[in-house]
Amino acid sequence: MRRAYFKTSWIAFALLAPQLLIIFVFFYWPSAQALYWAFTLEQPWGGGNTWVGFENFAKVLSDPYYWSSVRVSVIYALATTVLAMAMALTLAVFVDRQLSGYSAYRVAFIWPYAVAAPAVGLAFQFVFNPGAGIFSYINAVSPGMWNPSQYPSQAILSIVIAGAWKQVAYSFIFFLAALQSIPRSLTEAAAMDGARPLRRVLDLQLPLLTPTFFFLLVINITDSFTDSFGIVDTLTGGGPFRATDLLVYKIYADGFRGFDYSGAAAQSIILMCLVMALTFVQFRYVERRVHYT
Amino acid sequence: MAEISIRDISKTYGKNTIMQGVNLEIRQKEFVVILGPSGCGKSTLLRMIAGLEDITKGEISIDGTVVNALEPRQRGCAMVFQNYALYPHMTVAENIGYALKVAGVPKAARLERVAGVAKSVGLGEFLDRKPGQLSGGQRQRVAMARAIIREPKVFLFDEPLSNLDAKLRVQMRHEIRRIHNQIGATSVFVTHDQHEGMTLADRLVVMNKGTIEQVGTPEEIYERPASVYVAGFIGSPAMNMLPGRVDASRGAVLLDNGQSVPLPAQQARAANGNLVQVGLRPEQLFLASPASAQLTATYVFQEELGSGRVYHLQIEDIPLCVVSTEKRQMTEGDTVGLSFAADAVHLFDAKSGRRVARGTADRVLEVTA
Repeated sequence: MRRAYFKTSWIAFALLAPQLLIIFVFFYWPSAQALYWAFTLEQPWGGGNTWVGFENFAKVLSDPYYWSSVRVSVIYALATTVLAMAMALTLAVFVDRQLSGYSAYRVAFIWPYAVAAPAVGLAFQFVFNPGAGIFSYINAVSPGMWNPSQYPSQAILSIVIAGAWKQVAYSFIFFLAALQSIPRSLTEAAAMDGARPLRRVLDLQLPLLTPTFFFLLVINITDSFTDSFGIVDTLTGGGPFRATDLLVYKIYADGFRGFDYSGAAAQSIILMCLVMALTFVQFRYVERRVHYT
Repeated sequence: MAEISIRDISKTYGKNTIMQGVNLEIRQKEFVVILGPSGCGKSTLLRMIAGLEDITKGEISIDGTVVNALEPRQRGCAMVFQNYALYPHMTVAENIGYALKVAGVPKAARLERVAGVAKSVGLGEFLDRKPGQLSGGQRQRVAMARAIIREPKVFLFDEPLSNLDAKLRVQMRHEIRRIHNQIGATSVFVTHDQHEGMTLADRLVVMNKGTIEQVGTPEEIYERPASVYVAGFIGSPAMNMLPGRVDASRGAVLLDNGQSVPLPAQQARAANGNLVQVGLRPEQLFLASPASAQLTATYVFQEELGSGRVYHLQIEDIPLCVVSTEKRQMTEGDTVGLSFAADAVHLFDAKSGRRVARGTADRVLEVTA
C-alpha cells in the first residue's frame, strides 16, 4: 500500500478537520455529555444538576420495564438476525447458481439496504395494517384475528419481519461475495465426485462460508440493537403495552417523552457498552478466524 | 475400460465459435494426450467429455452410450484439475473419500479404501492434514488419489502438472503413466507441453484454433507432421522452414535465395511448379565444410546445452537452427555448410500449410480420424 506524505502538517490537519469535527460534534461530545448525565440528576428544562453517583444505573437496573425491554430486544435481535441471514443465504445461493435472470434480481436484492429505517417502517405500516394491508385478508376470514396494535406477539412479529427485510440486503451482498470467491473448480470437482447441487451446498459451500457467517452474525446482532429505532417508531411506537419497547426506543421515550434525561443517559451508556462488547468480540475472535486459502 | 467416441463436436459461446467439427475415436485403455497452445479448445473438449461444459453440436459417447445429456456424475469419469481443486476444509482422507461418502459407502469400508489408495500414491502419513499444509506435489497426489478411488472408466487430466516445478513434473509424469497402466482406465490428458505429450501419449492429438490438426503416435507426428503448424509445434527447437518453388526438371526445390534442396523425382514431378515450404529439423542438420555442403548459411550465435549446442544461423534473412553434439568456435558472419539426409526433408504446401506426400515412402496422412 502506498502512503501519502504531506510536507507541512497543517494540510493534513485541514483535510482531517471536517471529519474530526463531525465525529466530535455528533459522537464524542454527546457521548461525554451522556456519560456525565448518567451520574447526575438533570433538570428537564435545564438549570443545574446534582451528582448522584450510580443511583441512575441502580434505578434503571431495578426497573422491571427495563428488563422487559432487554428481553424483547434480545428476542428481536436473535429473530431478525436468524431470519435475515437465512433469507440472505438462500437468495445468495440461488443467485450464485445463476438461475435465469439473476443479473436483474441481484441488483433488486440490494435495494432494501438503501431504504432508511423509518421508510421501511412506514411501508410495513401499510403491509401490516389490519384494515387495508395484505394481512387484512386474515381478518376477512376470522375478524379481529390480526391486529398488531392490539396483540403484543403480532407487534413483535411485525417489527421482526420489517427489521429482517431491511437487513437481508447487507448479509446477501456478503454471502454472495463469499460464494463467488469459492473457486469454480471446487464445485466442479464435487460434481465429478457425484454430489448433487444441494449436497454441494451443504458439504462444500456452507463450510467455506463459516468465516463470513460469523462476521455477519455479529454485525446483524449489533445492527438490530442500534438500528431498530426507525422501524419501531413508525410501526408500533413501542406498543402495545410496551411489547415492542426495544432498548433504543426506550431511551428515546424515557428521555424525550418522559423527560428523564438522567435515566435515559444511563440506559445509553449501558447500550453503548453492550455494542462495544459485541464489536470487541468481532475484532478479537471473528476477524482473526482462519480464512481458507 | 471404455472407448470414447467424439463425433462432429462444435462449441459456440454466443456468436463465438471456439470449436468446429471435431472428430476423435479413443480406444479402450488408451492414453491419449491432447496437445495445443492455450485457447485452442483442448480444455473445453476435455470438459465436454467430463460433462462440465455443454455440447453445442455433435455427440460424445462413452462405451457406446451417448452422454450429451448426462450429468457429470453419471458418466463414470474422474478428473484431475489444473489447480487440484482440493476441498480446503477437509482433511486429505476426507478429500480422497468424498466421492465414496456421497455414494453412501459405509465408513469402515471407505476408510479402508482411502488408506489403500493413499498408500499407493505415497500419502499414507498425511491423511489427517489439510490441503493447506501440503506441498504442491503432495496436493497433486491427493488430487490423483481422489480420482483413483472412484475406479473410473475414464481418467481426465486438465494440465495437472503445470503448477509443479520441472523435477517434480517429470516424476509425476512417470507416476501418472504407472497408475494408468496399473488401473487400465482410458486416459485423456490435456497439456500445452510437448514433452509431456510426447512422453505420455499412446496417441497424440494436436489441436489448433478449435480443430484437430493431426492424430497419431508421437513417433508418427514427429516424423510425418501433417502441417506446418504441427511441424512447428512438435520438436524443440522448432523445425526450420525455408520457402521455395518445386522444379521437377532439376529434381529439387529452388529456395527463394537461389540455393536448392534435392527432392525424390516422383515427389518433384507431382508438385512441379508449386510454392512450398521445406522443413528441416534442427537435429537432422549437420555442420559441414561449405565446399561439400548442400546448403550454406551465415553464423549468428550459439547456445550451450551441455550435451551439445544450438547454432543459430541465417540463410538470407530466414533464421535457421542446428542442434549438434559437435562443439565449434565461430564468429558472427562466418559461412557455415549444412548437410542432411534425403529423408530428412519435409515438404509443405505454401498456401494450405498441409504436408506434401513424399511419393511411395510417405502415405498421405488423413487430417483427422
